[in-house]
Parts: sequence; structure tokens; C-alpha cells
Amino acid sequence: MESQLPAEFIVNIDHERCRKCKRCVMNCSFSAIEFKDKVTANNRQCVACHRCATFCPENAITIIHNPLDYKDGYNWSPEIRKNILKQAESGGIILTGMGNPKPYPIYWDHMLIDACQVTNPSIDPLREPMELRTYLGAKPEYLEFEGNNDVSLKTELAPQVKLDIPIVFAAMSYGAISLNAHKALAIAAKRMGTLMNTGEGGLHEDLAGYTDRIIVQVASGRFGVTSKYLNSSALVEIKIGQGAKPGIGGHLPGEKVGEDISKTRMIPVGTDALSPAPHHDIYSIEDLSQLIYAIKETTDYKKPVSVKIAAVHNVAAIASGIVRAGADIVMIDGFRGGTGAAPMIIRDHVGIPIELALAAVDDRLRQEGIRNRASILVGGSIRQSADVVKAIALGADACVIGTASLIAMGCRVCQKCYTGNCAWGIATQKPELVRRLNPEVGADRLCNLLTAWGHEIQEVLGSLGINAIESLRGSRERLRGVGLSQETLDILGIKHAGIGQ
Amino acid sequence: MRIDAKGMHYRPMNKMIRDAVASGEKEFELDNIGGQRYIGAGLNENVKITINGTPGNDLGAFMNGPKIIINANGQDGLANTMNAGEIIVHGNVGDIIGYGMRGGKFYIKGDVGYRVGIHMKEYKKQVPIIIAGGTAGDFFGEYMAGGIMILLGMNGKSPLVGDYVGTGMHGGVMYIRGKVDPYHLGKEVNCLELSEEDTKLISGYLKEYCEYFRFDFNEVMSAKFTKLVPLSLRPYGNMYVY
Repeated sequence: MESQLPAEFIVNIDHERCRKCKRCVMNCSFSAIEFKDKVTANNRQCVACHRCATFCPENAITIIHNPLDYKDGYNWSPEIRKNILKQAESGGIILTGMGNPKPYPIYWDHMLIDACQVTNPSIDPLREPMELRTYLGAKPEYLEFEGNNDVSLKTELAPQVKLDIPIVFAAMSYGAISLNAHKALAIAAKRMGTLMNTGEGGLHEDLAGYTDRIIVQVASGRFGVTSKYLNSSALVEIKIGQGAKPGIGGHLPGEKVGEDISKTRMIPVGTDALSPAPHHDIYSIEDLSQLIYAIKETTDYKKPVSVKIAAVHNVAAIASGIVRAGADIVMIDGFRGGTGAAPMIIRDHVGIPIELALAAVDDRLRQEGIRNRASILVGGSIRQSADVVKAIALGADACVIGTASLIAMGCRVCQKCYTGNCAWGIATQKPELVRRLNPEVGADRLCNLLTAWGHEIQEVLGSLGINAIESLRGSRERLRGVGLSQETLDILGIKHAGIGQ
Repeated sequence: MRIDAKGMHYRPMNKMIRDAVASGEKEFELDNIGGQRYIGAGLNENVKITINGTPGNDLGAFMNGPKIIINANGQDGLANTMNAGEIIVHGNVGDIIGYGMRGGKFYIKGDVGYRVGIHMKEYKKQVPIIIAGGTAGDFFGEYMAGGIMILLGMNGKSPLVGDYVGTGMHGGVMYIRGKVDPYHLGKEVNCLELSEEDTKLISGYLKEYCEYFRFDFNEVMSAKFTKLVPLSLRPYGNMYVY
């Protein structure tokens, strides 16, 4: 059926400036630019990925929203009308990529951080040590020591993973993103003393040298999961859900399953890689416990086991069950978390914000006296170092960044990951596009981002008058809310700005 | 190595096995087993484990090589995400066996429960196979992505297999000895007659199977089998619009 949908963007080419070098034509992976005597735009194909404009040596390209206006209507917004047209033409579920862009409240932006003034001195992070190190894993109830002069620890500690910075790269599978993107994440994780996460697509053999810095994931499709895979890791994560698509499975389309993906996922070339919605061996907390201990038996109790869930209404009770099931880490992914592909209806309407979920989970685990038994990792749109500081003050052990790490590598958030045409070599498997992302350069950019955020976090810690990230954890007294209802403040466990101690 | 597992928790027992395997032990006989979980889980060596008694859930999870013989019934979750090896059960087994199984053989003399062989898959020469001599519950081969499953129904019980057979199937093949009523089948399954090659393929496995359990091979082959394959390798390819 011929589409009646108007173009979303218009590509303007300044032919006065254009030298007809055709670099834009070569760079456009969405067939939005052709050369017919002169550079010509096919506006309908443009996704505003900025690749052409970035690489035009004459700055001759601008991309604007199509000014073709819809008749005013707050209720029947242009997006809703476009979606109806699309579905009337196809009968399909609308697929989308990346995180929820809808204007839901962002609670990070309604929380403000304290600072020292006069009565308690702040610390200068440029002159004094400021510790960002933290450890993921179950902590004991108490410690026992033995010996008199030569004291040693008697308590047997659960396995711990050291993080030099409390920011971990989010789970993104090889399949959803390219091998070069995976390599960049692995190199950066190793250099910065943090972790990357394979996602559910298995571990490519080229990452063998980085396994002590890699979280390997076990999802419902069990792609590439072997005892060797589980043991080639810093820790193992059971993926139950994802913030962008709670409660549903994943479909990596057959056309993305080439030779190399096929080998890593251990499935034939060209078949859909379908991850069922639930793990069919997990229908209860008891079943979850069974898988946690199957993994612990397989890894000889040497690896912490994490369980990742999406933030949903009953997240606190579920997290309590996960901790009691034996997980060493609970990873909670908020409803603004990204994805390589998800139905728009799920991404934009299912789940709850990470800020509220985190506060509820931390509260619940404290009330039950089991907070020490698991670390809490949170993700689902951590956009800046301030979000990390606020998350840790709310009770997180560390944060997880997905979209932010992709943006650092060049992503322009055009939300077309599911097409496999990523012009920046990130969310694609086409060799000619993958080549555009140099893993070393990508790693440098990721390291720069983490270094910058690390410095910023140190500045905030200094202004708070503390010298370790551990001293901030769960210190909600150092946060104040602005423009929040009493109920929201109660859930977040913080006071309104203007209220002193 | 012989272990009397009476009253033993699975953790020290499995550790004992792992340590013995690491120091070169090749054969194990476990007596008085009563529900201990994870036997053989994650083992990578070609050892033989004979189990006298009923082992617990997730036997052979992530297993990669061993041969396990169970002289009794099995419980749930056997061969979970198993990669290679062999499991022989001289009895019935419970639910969710062979989940995500990717290689090796799993032969059961009697019945199998619900959700058998979900998301079994194959890669090149690594083709997992499950053969059960009795009947199966619902969701047999759901989301099946590869491998071979054979269901024999030798005990004459009816129905042979429960509802939703092969729902979401997108790879692999099932052979069921007898007729399957269409209302038991998932929407993504195609029902075929066996070709000569199919008969040859299953004969090889079934000869071995019959030897283990002293079934009469000719009797097994005398009945007509139904072959089930996926209608498409991409059952949900057309559900989405970009």
C-alpha cells in the first residue's frame, strides 16, 4: 500500500556551498540522499541521524522538522495521527528503539543535593583523596576475626566485584549493537575498572581478554549460554525483564543473524532469535532461586549472581523475593530505559520511573533487614553524573548507563536501532557500517565520559563534606525535593526544599 | 568413586564430585539419592555418573560432556541449557526438561511432564535429541528452535501429547509415534508424513534407545509416526511495522 505519511524531516542542501564531493551520499545509510547531477534529498527516508551534516566538509546540509503542519489538536497529536496512518497501512505493531521519549515526570530533576556551608567544612577534591571505589556482592551480617597479634578475617565473604567508579555499562547484546561497539565498551570497562554487559546474545570470542570485566547475561533464550560462558565473567546476570519492555520477550529478526551472530548465539544463520517472554523454568521465586543456585553450582560459588528486573508496580516485594532467592545483586531498570527494538505501546506505557522504584526497593530491603544481602544497581535513563549522585543518595550501590554510553560513541538518538541501518556503526551488523566505529576511538570517548563524570561526582562529594561514595549511599537526608507532592516525597523518603534537619 | 548420599545436602555432595572430577576420577556411583539438586551441573568432562535413587531438579544443567544414568525417576528441569553429554532415565521425569538444550542426548523410558524441550536449539553439528517412551504434557516443544524430539507413547496412554504442541516453533523437528489431533497443535506447526530419510534418521537413534530400555525396536517402528516441523523460520516476522 502506498504510504500517505508525510516526511518527518526535510534535508536542506545549500547548493551554493556544495562541492559535490558526495560524502553525504556515501555516509547516508537510510537512502535519504542521492546524487542526480546534484545532491538530492529523499526526505521521507531521513531519520535525522546527522551523519551527512556531520561529515559535510562545507557545512552545506541542514536538517529541519517538516513544517507541514497538522491541524491543531492537543488530543489527536500529530504523533498519534501518524501512528494510526502507519497501522492502517500495515496492520502491524509499531516497533521503536531507544528509551521512552514521552514527557513523563523526571524525578531526578525535582531533587536537589545539599552542600556544606560554614558549620561543616566542605572538602577540596583537588587536594584530598576522594574515593569512588565500591564493591558489588552480598555483604555479611557481621564480621568475625581470629588471632591476637596477627588478626585475620574469619568470616567467609561472598564473592565481590570491585568497581573503581560506580557506573557500569548497561546490557546491550551483540546483535542489537555491533561487535565494534561491544569491543569499545569492553576496552573502556577494563581501562576504567568498571564492567560491560554482554546482554543476552552470548560472548564473542574477540572479547576473551576482557572477561574479568564482563557481566554475562542469562536470558530466556539462553543464547550462547554454556558453562564456559558463565565462568568467563566477572559476574552472571539473570535477565528477567528490561525497563523498555517489561514482561515481553525479544525478537532479533533473522536478517540480523549473520555468520558471526549465529556463532555467538549458537543458532543457525537467518533464523529469528526469539527470547520467550518469561524464562519457562522460572514461574516463581522458588524457581528463580533454583536457577540462581544452578549458576552458582556451575561457577563453584565464585561469581556473584545478579537478577535484572524492570521497575513495575510491585517492584519492592519482587526485589525482596529476589534477595531471599539468593541473588547477590538486584538490577532494576526503570521505564525510561533504552532498547534495540520494542513495541512502542510497551516502551511508552509500561513500568514505573526508576527514582520511585529505587526508593521503594531500598526502603523495603532495609525494613526487612536484608539490604546487606544484595547490592542494588539501577538504570533506565541515567543521563548525567548528577543522576548518579542522586541515585546513590537514594540507596543505589551503582548505576548502569546504556543510552549515555551510546551517545558517547556517536549515537544521535534517532531511535532507528531496529532497522539495522545505524549510520554511526553502533546498532547495525552491516560490515560497511560497523567499520565506521573504531573500537579504540569509541573506548577513548567512553573513558573520557566516565573520567568527566567521576570528577564531577568527586566535586559533589567534596561539597557535601564527604570523601567516599560509600558515605553517600542511602543518605537521603542530603537530598531535598522541589515541586513534588507529599506522597511523592514520602515515597522518595526525602524532605521538601526549605525544610532543615 | 562411590558416594552414599543419604541425608547429604547437594552442596557438599556436588563439591565432592567436582573436586574428584578435577583430580581425574572418571566414574561415580551415587547411592541413596533423594532429591539432591544440580547433579552434574556445569561439568565439562566425559565422566559417568550412575544414580541410584531419585535426583532433584536441574540435573545436568549447563552440563557439557558427562553421561548420567538414573535408575529411578527424575524430577523437574533436567538437562536445562545442556550443551553436550547424555542423560538416561529408567523411569519418568517431571516438567520443563531440556529447556534451551543445545546438544547431547536425553533418553527417558517413561512419561515426560509439561513444557518439554522449550526453546531447544541447534548449531551446525550440535543437534540435541530427546526421546521419551511414554506420553507428554502440554507445551511440548514450545518455541522450539532446533534439535530433534521423539515421543513414542509405548505405554498406550491417551492422549499421547497435551495441548499447544510446538507453539512458536521456528526450528527443529518432532516425531510422534501415532496421530496427533490437530487441536493439540500450536499455530506455527506443520504436520507431515515421514520421508525415507526421516525413517533412517530416527531408526539410528531408536536402535540405541531400545537397547538402553530393552524395548523391541521392530515393535517401536511398526507404528506410523507423525512429523512436526515449523511452518516458518520467522513466525513473527510480519507482526511489526517500522
